[in-house]
Amino acid sequence: MTNHKPVNQKAWWLVLPVILCVAFSAVLPLMTVVNYSVQDIISPQRRVFVGTEWFVMVMRDTELHLALWRQIQFSLAVLLIEIPLGIALALSMPAAGWRASVVLVIVALSLLIPWNVVGTIWQIFGRSDIGLLGHTLLKLGVDYSYTGNPQHAWWTVLIMDVWHWTPLVALLAYAGLRSIPDAYYQAARIDGASQWAVFRYIQLPKMRGVLMIAVLLRFMDSFMIYTEPFVLTGGGPGNATTFLSQYLTTKAVGQFDLGPAAAFSLIYFFIILLFCFVLYNWMQSLGTSDKEQGHA
Amino acid sequence: MQLSLEAITKSVGRSVHLYPMSLSPVPGAVTVLLGATQAGKTSLMRVMAGLDTASSGGVLVDGQDVTRQSVRMRNVAMVYQQFVNYPSMTVAQNIASPLRLRGERDIDTRVRALAARLHIEPFLDRLPAELSGGQQQRVALARALAKQAPLMLLDEPLVNLDYKLREELREELTHLFASGDATVVYATTEPGEALLLGGHTAVMDAGELLQYGPTAEVFHRPQSLRVARAFSDPPMNLMAARRNAQGGVRVADSVDWPLDLPAQADDGFVLGIRAGGLRARALPGDVAIASRVELAEIAGSDTFVHVSSDVGELVAQLVGVHKFELGARLTLHLNPDHLFVFDARGPLVRAPQGVR
Amino acid sequence: MALIELDLAHAYVPNPRSDDDYALLPLKMAFRDGGAYALLGPSGCGKTTMLNIISGLLVPSQGTVRFDGRDVTRDSPQRRNIAQVFQFPVIYDTMTVAQNLAFPLRNRKVPEAEIRQRVGRIAEMLELSGQLDHRAAGLSADQKQKISLGRGLVRSDVSAVLFDEPLTVIDPHLKWQLRRKLKQIHHELKLTLIYVTHDQVEALTFADEVVVMSRGRAVQKGAAEDLFERPAHTFVGHFIGSPGMNFLPAQAVRGGVLVNEQPLAFQEDRRLPEGPVKLGIRPEYLRMGQPGDGRSLPARVSRVQDIGTYFLLTCELGGHTLKSRLGAEAAPPSVGDTVHLRLLDAHTCFYRDEQLVEGTA
Repeated sequence: MTNHKPVNQKAWWLVLPVILCVAFSAVLPLMTVVNYSVQDIISPQRRVFVGTEWFVMVMRDTELHLALWRQIQFSLAVLLIEIPLGIALALSMPAAGWRASVVLVIVALSLLIPWNVVGTIWQIFGRSDIGLLGHTLLKLGVDYSYTGNPQHAWWTVLIMDVWHWTPLVALLAYAGLRSIPDAYYQAARIDGASQWAVFRYIQLPKMRGVLMIAVLLRFMDSFMIYTEPFVLTGGGPGNATTFLSQYLTTKAVGQFDLGPAAAFSLIYFFIILLFCFVLYNWMQSLGTSDKEQGHA
Repeated sequence: MQLSLEAITKSVGRSVHLYPMSLSPVPGAVTVLLGATQAGKTSLMRVMAGLDTASSGGVLVDGQDVTRQSVRMRNVAMVYQQFVNYPSMTVAQNIASPLRLRGERDIDTRVRALAARLHIEPFLDRLPAELSGGQQQRVALARALAKQAPLMLLDEPLVNLDYKLREELREELTHLFASGDATVVYATTEPGEALLLGGHTAVMDAGELLQYGPTAEVFHRPQSLRVARAFSDPPMNLMAARRNAQGGVRVADSVDWPLDLPAQADDGFVLGIRAGGLRARALPGDVAIASRVELAEIAGSDTFVHVSSDVGELVAQLVGVHKFELGARLTLHLNPDHLFVFDARGPLVRAPQGVR
Repeated sequence: MALIELDLAHAYVPNPRSDDDYALLPLKMAFRDGGAYALLGPSGCGKTTMLNIISGLLVPSQGTVRFDGRDVTRDSPQRRNIAQVFQFPVIYDTMTVAQNLAFPLRNRKVPEAEIRQRVGRIAEMLELSGQLDHRAAGLSADQKQKISLGRGLVRSDVSAVLFDEPLTVIDPHLKWQLRRKLKQIHHELKLTLIYVTHDQVEALTFADEVVVMSRGRAVQKGAAEDLFERPAHTFVGHFIGSPGMNFLPAQAVRGGVLVNEQPLAFQEDRRLPEGPVKLGIRPEYLRMGQPGDGRSLPARVSRVQDIGTYFLLTCELGGHTLKSRLGAEAAPPSVGDTVHLRLLDAHTCFYRDEQLVEGTA
């Protein structure tokens, strides 16, 4: 009678189709990208192995640094606005009954819109001739132009993203809030805790799990954002709203510089992976004692 | 069916859930797994059922090695403490599910018969969510009985029910178990429940199996201090003692009692007596313990008196209702022959003489 | 500390028509200042509803709640100065034990020095002094319950401490310690304590007076011995005691009763109005009698259980099941034996329409 290995080998057979799909659609293309990143594709027939030359070149590219910096600013701004706003929204949503269902549907509406349509909506919305926002601002005396003024373009892109994605944070936070047993609120009332104390000591700690998911999702999505700003501003005016993914696409598709583009894709991938890893571990360490709580 | 666990261990990562243990529950009878939470009862049941594979050791059914057999192949029925039923099926469909899976006939009559046995006939067309906790657990029990498996595992099935409901259902369970011939393994944290269920008891503590035997025997003859601690409600009174010059013992460095100790025993001991062994009135052969009442709890027809005395803090269970003033003097009596004597390191050295 | 008076009812619907519409049927009850009370009953009997009305978490649909004569029916729990301990430990897991205990005082802007002193005193009483700087989230369930309790006790002006089945998640051997701790606290601090439970052992050991409830109605309120010796209702007889009271249908006649057509005579001068009654006797008092003593009837032993400190006998008498508790000293009879059970005893009670019938002596 010695140590036993898991007995059920059949499970591997069931997973095989998924493995093939993922291999075909993700792993092989990824390998292709790695392949391109170390070669100079002069023409489809002529390829020269250049090793890490593209990586070095990409890392030295000042345009890239600027795009990266813009991207970091954008993602940070998105997180700083959307997370608290989403939580605030979730706190004000009704907890139960038909009202809750109605509000949930209304809140989720912006999540259902295709992303390029979002860009188009805000494009029109912001125009001073036919857009409600643009026209109102014009009437109020504000010289608003998201095509001409870089500051205005930034704000518009940011607010568009907030409008689009805050409901996701709100829904996640709402789910987290619903899982808090009533007794905690009752105990807090009895302890004479203020609303702020209830939020800080009961609601926020108990939402830790869902907030972590919200932060990770919003970070990843905002760091990879492409469609909405592209449709809205095309990256302009100038380079004001050219974020990383757009820069990458221009390089790869527009200029057909496959080598550097591939190298950059890999760097892009690792940056996101690194950020997420650090974020995840940090948030996990904040909540190590949560496991004990759930036991009772 | 004879289930045998031989030198089973279970570790997850670096934490050991079960230390090496061997257990062969008596076939066709009830075996109670008694222990505090986290003692390993659920881990052991999962190994018995085949839900978890033991890290080492073997599980045998009627002599055949089933250690690597998945739970689906084994014929086991399990009842959980959380009233687990299929939420979208009616009560009748729930009870019928194991029968349907086996393609049996006469399902309707058998479902009705089982529902009648468990007093849930009026609810056959309802969904489990519409029933009370006790009724949901009865549905789970009926489903387990429908399977007619030779091994039935119950993991603290009554713990989420009201006290009185627990009593009633426990009565019914003992009748149900007695009328069937399945081997039943029942996990609980309450010593009282083990005594009421009878059968055999396996006492567990911190992942170890401490003792297995007929329930009354394990209760009256715990093999070690740990077993005595785990299998006593209220907790056993324990007093440190040493051998004294007069051939008896000096208890807690203060009083001397006559007590026959076996010659090879060590110098330091722990004496134990259950709350029921302390009396207010003296009987021949008793020693007296002067004490002061700290607390008196009346529980129906018994009074639990917490006292502080020269030999330490004690709890006595006196029959009848007695009122005591706090701080009042009370003399308790016990017969030294009825003491459990444990070696300072744990094992039982001398069992009470002249008692069952 | 306060005298709590209830004169209320609570219904599920605005215009209740039948008893089923009520969570709490109209009742009038007073809880003495400094007394320990238990609300005992099966689930759904209304005990938690009553507790929540007392604490202020629920407003009764009709009637009033008074603390020391003051009408607090619509006051919040804070204004009533109530402390409540719930079924599962409710602690603030981001804080240490000391911060948890200090929280109610900080919210009331009590000076720091006083906070430290009170927290220290309560921690010592609850044997938590060693863990004051540990994170509350890492402790065991019973320690967390103590913290919950401590948060209630730490306020010097708390009017009552309410417990909602607080020992549910605690291991049996730790329950003893916690119960003892609660009684000590009661003696030391002399607070009004109201405890909700479905476990009659907890209720009887904890409380000076127990209110037995069933389906929204307070069936009997009394001290442990009264509930045990003279249950006013068959429900109380059944619910209190483990196992509960034995009941036998009987016919009251002059000088005694007929059980299964067999005559039994009262020893003392006791008279019952004639007619059908229910004879109730607790297993603890159902002892062996002698054939022909006029008070006992033969029964067949169907089961003998060794419960450690006593034996539990299950007997069949004319189609009825009776349970008897025998002391551990003597050897019990065996299954199949015929024993004579003494049904008429000073402790035997009689019931008509589920209510206790007092026989004139």
